[in-house]
Amino acid sequence: MPEIRVTPLGAGQDVGRSCILVSIAGKNVMLDCGMHMGFNDDRRFPDFSYITQNGRLTDFLDCVIISHFHLDHCGALPYFSEMVGYDGPIYMTHPTQAICPILLEDYRKIAVDKKGEANFFTSQMIKDCMKKVVAVHLHQTVQVDDELEIKAYYAGHVLGAAMFQIKVGSESVVYTGDYNMTPDRHLGAAWIDKCRPNLLITESTYATTIRDSKRCRERDFLKKVHETVERGGKVLIPVFALGRAQELCILLETFWERMNLKVPIYFSTGLTEKANHYYKLFIPWTNQKIRKTFVQRNMFEFKHIKAFDRAFADNPGPMVSGGIAALNHPPVVFATPGMLHAGQSLQIFRKWAGNEKNMVIMPGYCVQGTVGHKILSGQRKLEMEGRQVLEVKMQVEYMSFSAHADAKGIMQLVGQAEPESVLLVHGEAKKMEFLKQKIEQELRVSCYMPANGETVTLPTSPSIPVGISLGLLKREMAQGLLPEAKKPRLLHGTLIMKDSNFRLVSSEQALKELGLAEHQLRFTCRVHLHDTRKEQEMALRVYSHLKSVLKDHCVQHLPDGSVTVESILIQAAAPSEDPGTKVLLVSWTYQDEELGSFLTSLLKKGRQLTQPPPLPSPSWTEPGLHVSTVGALSEQTLQVPSLGTETMCHVPTQAAVSS
Amino acid sequence: MKLTYCLSGHPTLPCNVLKFKSTTIMLDCGLDMTSTLNFLPLPLVQSPRLSNLPGWSLKDGNAFLDKELKECSGHVFVDSVPEFCLPETELIDLSTVDVILISNYHCMMALPYITEHTGFTGTVYATEPTVQIGRLLPSPLKDAVEVSTWRRCYTMQEVNSALSKIQLVGYSQKIELFGAVQVTPLSSGYALGSSNWIIQSHYEKVSYVSGSSLLTTHPQPMDQASLKNSDVLVLTGLTQIPTANPDGMVGEFCSNLALTVRNGGNVLVPCYPSGVIYDLLECLYQYIDSAGLSSVPLYFISPVANSSLEFSQIFAEWLCHNKQSKVYLPEPPFPHAELIQTNKLKHYPSIHGDFSNDFRQPCVVFTGHPSLRFGDVVHFMELWGKSSLNTIIFTEPDFSYLEALAPYQPLAMKCIYCPIDTRLNFIQVSKLLKEVQPLHVVCPEQYTQPPPAQSHRMDLMIDCQPPAMSYRRAEVLALPFKRRYEKIEIMPELADSLVPMEIKPGISLATVSAVLHTKDNKHLLQPPPRPAQPTSGKKRKRVSDDVPDCKVLKPLLSGSIPVEQFVQTLEKHGFSDIKVEDTAKGHIVLLQEAETLIQIEEDSTHIICDNDEMLRVRLRDLVLKFLQKF
Repeated sequence: MPEIRVTPLGAGQDVGRSCILVSIAGKNVMLDCGMHMGFNDDRRFPDFSYITQNGRLTDFLDCVIISHFHLDHCGALPYFSEMVGYDGPIYMTHPTQAICPILLEDYRKIAVDKKGEANFFTSQMIKDCMKKVVAVHLHQTVQVDDELEIKAYYAGHVLGAAMFQIKVGSESVVYTGDYNMTPDRHLGAAWIDKCRPNLLITESTYATTIRDSKRCRERDFLKKVHETVERGGKVLIPVFALGRAQELCILLETFWERMNLKVPIYFSTGLTEKANHYYKLFIPWTNQKIRKTFVQRNMFEFKHIKAFDRAFADNPGPMVSGGIAALNHPPVVFATPGMLHAGQSLQIFRKWAGNEKNMVIMPGYCVQGTVGHKILSGQRKLEMEGRQVLEVKMQVEYMSFSAHADAKGIMQLVGQAEPESVLLVHGEAKKMEFLKQKIEQELRVSCYMPANGETVTLPTSPSIPVGISLGLLKREMAQGLLPEAKKPRLLHGTLIMKDSNFRLVSSEQALKELGLAEHQLRFTCRVHLHDTRKEQEMALRVYSHLKSVLKDHCVQHLPDGSVTVESILIQAAAPSEDPGTKVLLVSWTYQDEELGSFLTSLLKKGRQLTQPPPLPSPSWTEPGLHVSTVGALSEQTLQVPSLGTETMCHVPTQAAVSS
Repeated sequence: MKLTYCLSGHPTLPCNVLKFKSTTIMLDCGLDMTSTLNFLPLPLVQSPRLSNLPGWSLKDGNAFLDKELKECSGHVFVDSVPEFCLPETELIDLSTVDVILISNYHCMMALPYITEHTGFTGTVYATEPTVQIGRLLPSPLKDAVEVSTWRRCYTMQEVNSALSKIQLVGYSQKIELFGAVQVTPLSSGYALGSSNWIIQSHYEKVSYVSGSSLLTTHPQPMDQASLKNSDVLVLTGLTQIPTANPDGMVGEFCSNLALTVRNGGNVLVPCYPSGVIYDLLECLYQYIDSAGLSSVPLYFISPVANSSLEFSQIFAEWLCHNKQSKVYLPEPPFPHAELIQTNKLKHYPSIHGDFSNDFRQPCVVFTGHPSLRFGDVVHFMELWGKSSLNTIIFTEPDFSYLEALAPYQPLAMKCIYCPIDTRLNFIQVSKLLKEVQPLHVVCPEQYTQPPPAQSHRMDLMIDCQPPAMSYRRAEVLALPFKRRYEKIEIMPELADSLVPMEIKPGISLATVSAVLHTKDNKHLLQPPPRPAQPTSGKKRKRVSDDVPDCKVLKPLLSGSIPVEQFVQTLEKHGFSDIKVEDTAKGHIVLLQEAETLIQIEEDSTHIICDNDEMLRVRLRDLVLKFLQKF
């Protein structure tokens, strides 16, 4: 039995280090190759030894697909390809291919330069890894090999994020990666067609959340920032360099412009400025509004948002005098990374945490173990490295700007794609449980939520494509056009299997193609009748009898004295010994067996032929198999039943059963 | 039946309709604009020279047209708004067209004529750059023509309505049409987003090649491999200047430009706002510094100049590899961004406004329309035409430069003809055909003979085996291939029930009896329904209504019957008193007791018996044991 097998190596009932193995029709595909932000040990990368203990990954995996550039989806890629060793193709979209190496390098720097980790992947490894990448367009069908094809769909979420359909023959799996079902200020909404996959693997970060309107959240956000700045505080917004940062920048930029505010907004790293360039160059990946207006005004060219000099962070209070005259207000700062687990955002946080006038706004999800997660869960005394304790006096706000689909969005996507079953990843087990029930009850679709290392097996029953000869198909379809043929009909043909080439042709064509002669099987039955008349006369009587009985058939009287019904031949003969007996010879081929055998019984019972017309109805209730039908019919109609299709359709069925 | 209806006679602005498996597919809808050359230019400001041209009258003195016809240097021109040569609209009912496939932005200018007011209800497929740039292209007309006379061309409303029918597609995207046909755009290497199309079913493949290039300019390279194994390859949009080498022309362009500017003259380059201009600007970017021309201003004047330059930078995914990798840095893919940044290149929507303040001479002006009949170029022709210091350099190949210049004669300005047409030339075509090996080639008749002006150049035509089938405007062509097979799916349950038997080494057979389901042009074979169990009397009749009307056809038989074994089998089944007689062609087996005779020959068996159905069926089954069913 063919089956689809799915094993999460990461992101199974968890958020972080997304990595899912899929086996479909003999092909093995790895979906994402992420790192876990909550761990600094072995657990930060997926356990690739699960794939194969001995032997090269390249031999086992047909391809790797990266859904988007977030490190929890691609952070382990150089480790996987260069240190564990994989040389096969890695597929991702163009923007992902452009941005992914920059984030990887950033990640590497933090790990190696700041934390001093040894045995980490190197810059060269990132470069080598990226050489194995094949970029895909949206909706392009990429033929990985002769059988395996993949196709990317727009996923929203971040620039270049994609959902992927993996297809072999008629079996398919869709992996969503992270996606967003509502358009935001810079990206559009995820979309997929009704592709009816066998399985939809979806993220479920916000499995239990149904978020209020985005407008409200935006208003809240702007209000909080504005109030803090008004009372002379500083606002820290930890973000990842790409994604939310751009959305919030567009938001603040338009607000600043509308309110005519002069308070400077800063971006913490050079990286983010560069990031904006990517957005400018990949405009077709943004939302409709930005795409439409970019010629007049590129939304990613900010007027109020400037690059940040680290010295500002040390300034304890409102900057009355500074090197730059414009800086007479406390800044609003976007700093990376978004979960306050390292880097500049953490540095600034430590400096500003002590002042209750300041505010930190966490605009996204924080993984367990990060400072972001700790302060969001209410912790106000943080143990930093070196046993220092940091007291958090600044205000902590959480605004959900994460571009993940909420429960409603996930249900919506499932409805769009119409999968046979759903598998949840990238979420917390408890929340998944809730969503799983919801999907099973509301959508009546079976739903799975395997933990890491756990395998889900789905049996599939793919149909087999073959080529049917057009002659045969058209013959059948033409029959299908007949008025009676609303009901499905039986099609007969011969399937010729040569290597992997399957063709369905008519039996005649099959014989011809194989150079085989047809073997004709013919029957001739002698029907003895008591009749003194001449053969010719008999034949004539038989003819007129059959003609009147078999209204739906072609009955002919040939010049040589024989009678035909369709292709069945009836001849009258006189055996020499007895002038009072005549023999009717009824002859037919195997293909006409039903009609032939029916005729003989009809003629045998039709000894009344000798009597003058009008012919009484032959009492043919005896001979065998079609008793009930025919009997019922003749009872009902009280007339000579015609040998119509109604009767004929039963005879063969039963004959077939009996033979 | 696969027929092509040829609605356009212009080989580079094609408009063909393909009927394939009950779908009607229009391939491109190009608008032949060469007729504009017969009209007088439409000046931006009134030109005394043009308005004072003498009227033209027939030799017999009949002057009924003298208001409409004007004469200039021995040529006659129509003094009105240009009219265009539309594709044929009578050859086929346009409302029956299901889809229109667009190959590049030059080949969609007749779209509103096809999609509006014709009853067309289908979908148009094109790539995003094609649509975005195509949207920019007709604009010179829009600005030049007063609204009241606009009817002769289409209105902006009609343009927008036509554009709204376009569905965006990406290269190698498989698009299903009614479940019957799949169409796929492929990169054609000619322009941003330009595509060739594959139209295929599971067993037939038609490739439509239109405007392709094998040169490395800015677009993604041409996808040749996917064109392989075509039954028919429709070949249009070859180079219009087969004798000119684009590289050489670019060199000439630069050197002539430099020469003129150094002598204090101005250079006028009539061009489309998108396409080759990107390559020219890139060449100049590299050239001007080395030629010491960095201080010479480059002006690009078009209502869509800004849009065109901006759009070119955002289609990274549609560009060649070199340009793509620049975007990864991230840097703009085209160097004209730097030319603009450093103020070497300036762009203006028209000559009015800012341009008149910034205008410095000598300079280089890129502007449209290349026919010199409308757009800002008309103004520069009037302005610079009288001085021999100035030069006009023709780079667009669509219009004859001599005809374009005719209404401006006499001219003092120098005229250089450097047509840059990167589309396939005949050498490349023959290489391509060798590579992709189509069974048949179909092309416009112009490609099957040398150009009229160079009738001795037998190399300037398509040479392939079998010879290409040619078409001309308003002709209907039957494509030379016959469909033989169609895809059908066998349900797994049915597949499991099939019993294959090996007939020859490597070839197996299975007889199939199944129910055919056809929905949305997809065919499916399901297992036959189980025969209804006979129940009694009248109820049975009812049941029989539900049982599908499946008239059993008996299979054909093949094989032969070995007499000895057959006799043994008969004996085993209780027949005795068997006699075998040899005949000329085989044997006769006699069952004397049953008064039955069985004639056995190589390819036939004949059972002759009394009317005893039981006996007959027994004998039949014994015979069938030796035969194979088909």
